[in-house]
Amino acid sequence: MAFVVGGIICVIGQILMDTTKLTPARILVVFVTAGVILGACGIYDVIIKYGKAGGTIPLPGFGYSLAKSVMKEVDEFGLIGAFTGGIKGTAGGITAAIFFGYIMALIFNPKTKE
Amino acid sequence: MKVEEKTIRKKFDKLNSDSIPKPNLLLHCFNAFWVGGLICIIGQFISDVFSGMGVPKDELGTYVSIVMVFLGAVFTGIGVYDKLGDFAGAGSVVPITGFANSIVSPAMEFKKEGFVFGVAAKMFTIAGPVLVYGIGSSVIIGILYYFLRW
Amino acid sequence: MGKRIGAQTVEIESKPRIIGTYNIVGPKEGQGPLKEYFDDILEDDLNGAESFEKAETSLLYTAISESIKKAKLKEVDINYLLAGDLLNQLSSSCFAARDLNIPFIGLYGACSTMAESLSVGSMIMEGGLANYVVAATSSHFSSAERQFRLPLEMGSQRAPTAQWTVTGAGAMVLGRKGNLPYITHVTTGKVKDYGIIDVNNMGVAMAPAAVDTIKQHFMDTGRKPSDYDMIATGDLGVIGREFTEKLLLEYKYDMKGHYMDCGEKIFDPLKQGTNAGGSGCGCSAVVATGYLLKNMLKGKFKRILLVSTGALLSSTSSLQGETIPGIAHAVSIEFGGE
Repeated sequence: MAFVVGGIICVIGQILMDTTKLTPARILVVFVTAGVILGACGIYDVIIKYGKAGGTIPLPGFGYSLAKSVMKEVDEFGLIGAFTGGIKGTAGGITAAIFFGYIMALIFNPKTKE
Repeated sequence: MKVEEKTIRKKFDKLNSDSIPKPNLLLHCFNAFWVGGLICIIGQFISDVFSGMGVPKDELGTYVSIVMVFLGAVFTGIGVYDKLGDFAGAGSVVPITGFANSIVSPAMEFKKEGFVFGVAAKMFTIAGPVLVYGIGSSVIIGILYYFLRW
Repeated sequence: MGKRIGAQTVEIESKPRIIGTYNIVGPKEGQGPLKEYFDDILEDDLNGAESFEKAETSLLYTAISESIKKAKLKEVDINYLLAGDLLNQLSSSCFAARDLNIPFIGLYGACSTMAESLSVGSMIMEGGLANYVVAATSSHFSSAERQFRLPLEMGSQRAPTAQWTVTGAGAMVLGRKGNLPYITHVTTGKVKDYGIIDVNNMGVAMAPAAVDTIKQHFMDTGRKPSDYDMIATGDLGVIGREFTEKLLLEYKYDMKGHYMDCGEKIFDPLKQGTNAGGSGCGCSAVVATGYLLKNMLKGKFKRILLVSTGALLSSTSSLQGETIPGIAHAVSIEFGGE
C-alpha cells in the first residue's frame, strides 16, 4: 500500500509539472502547504493509516508532521506552541538535510550532464 | 511586400498554441508512479527495521526522515539523483529524498564560491521556500488551533 | 566608403576578409553530427580549470589566440577585440581579454553575439579605422545552467522545447586582403518580443526577431532566399526554425532548401537527448567557423547569410514576470562568387 499511495501522490505532482507552468520548486511549496492543511484537519491521517510510508515519505508528509507537532505543542504549552511546534517536530529531517548537505558538498563536485 | 506586423503576430500566436510539442504525460506519470512508490517502499522498510529495533512509534518518523535525507544526499553527491530525476520526474522530486537533493545540489554547485557564501548561503535557494511556507503555515495552524481547539 | 541601404542594412564596400578562424568545443559537441568541422574537441569540459566559468574563459582565450595564429598575425597586430558571452558582466570575455594585449570592446547580444561582433567589426573596418579585428564569443553548458537554470545535480526533467547550451568558443579575424570569404552586408536587428514567457521555449521566443531581421535584410538588399546557398540562424532549434520558415512565407519568402539552424544541426536529438537542439553564443560561433566557413572554402557555399539569434532575458526578468525579448543580426558572407 505504501507503493500505491506514494505512487499516486507522485503522479499528482507529475501531472502538475507537465500540464501547468508550475516549476518543481513551486509544486513542492504547494505540496508541503497542502500537507500542513490536510494534516491539521485530519484528512491526511486517513492517507497515513492506509499508506503508511506512502504518506509520510512524499513531501505532503513533511507538512503533515509540521501540523501534527504544532498542534501537540499547543496542547502542551499553549499559544507559544504555535511557534515552537513545527520545527521541533521536523527537527531531525531539517537538520539532517543541512548537515549532510554540507558534508556532501565537501566531498563531491558537480559533474556536467551528458 | 507590404505585410502588417500584426498579421505576423497573429500567425505566430496561432503556431504557438498549435505546434508546440507536449511532454509524454502517460509515460511520465507511469515512471513517476513506480519510482515514487519504490522510494516509499524503501522508507517503509527502514521504518519497520527501526520499529523492530524498539524505537517508539512517535519517534519513528524522525528516524526515517534522517535516513531518507541521508540517502537522498548521498545519491545526489555521487551524481546519480539527477539521472533519476530526468527519468522519474515527480517520482524523484516529491519524496523527501528530493528535498535532500534540492539542498545538496546547490550546495555542491556553489562550492566554487567558497564555503560561506557558496555552499552555506546557496544551500537553500531551492528548498528555502518549502521551509518558509511549511513552517509559516504550521504557525498559522497553531494559532488557529489554539483559539478554535478542535 | 560603405553606405546605408534600406532601413537597417549597411553595404560593406571594402569587403573585409575572414583571414583566420578557430573553434573549440566540449565533448558532447564533439560527438555530434558536425564533429569533423571543429578545430579542437575537449575531452573534459573543465579543460583543467577550477570552475566552469574559468573553463569557459580558457576556451575563449584559446579560440582567440589560435585564430590570430591561423591568420599569421600576432596579438600586437590586432586593433580591436570584440567579444561577448552569456555570463554576468561578460566574465568569460573580460577575463580572456585580461590575458590578451588587445584593445577590448565587450558586447552583449546573448546568443546573437557572433553576428553582432562580426557586424561591429566589419563596420569599424569599413570606416578605415582598423587593419585587423577579432570577433569572438563563447558559451558553456555548465556555467549557463548555473546562472540561468538549476544546479547540475538537481533531478529535473527537460521540456521537449528545451535547448542544450553549447560548450564552445569561436573566433574570426577580419583583415583587408586575401583570397578568402568576405563580408558584404550587415543588417542590424531590432528587439522583438511576442510575449513568450516560458524560459524553456527560447527558440520560439527568438523566432520573431529572426523573421524580422531576415525579411528586412531581403527588403533592404532586394535579395531573396534563393540568392543564398545557405541562410543559417543561430539557435532557434527545431521548433523555432519551423516557426521562422512558416512566418517568412507570410512575407512571400520561401526558405526551403536554403535554410538551416545551427542549434538544430549541432546535436543529434535522438542519440544525445538534446530535445529542441543546441543554443548559446558558442552555437552559431562554432557552426559558422566550422561547418559554414569550411564549406565555403571548399566551394560548397558561395554566399551565406549568418543570422545569430539571442534571447535578451535575465535571471531576474523572468522571475518578475517579464516575457522574453529576442534579437537577431544578419551578416552576408561571400566567396568564390566573383
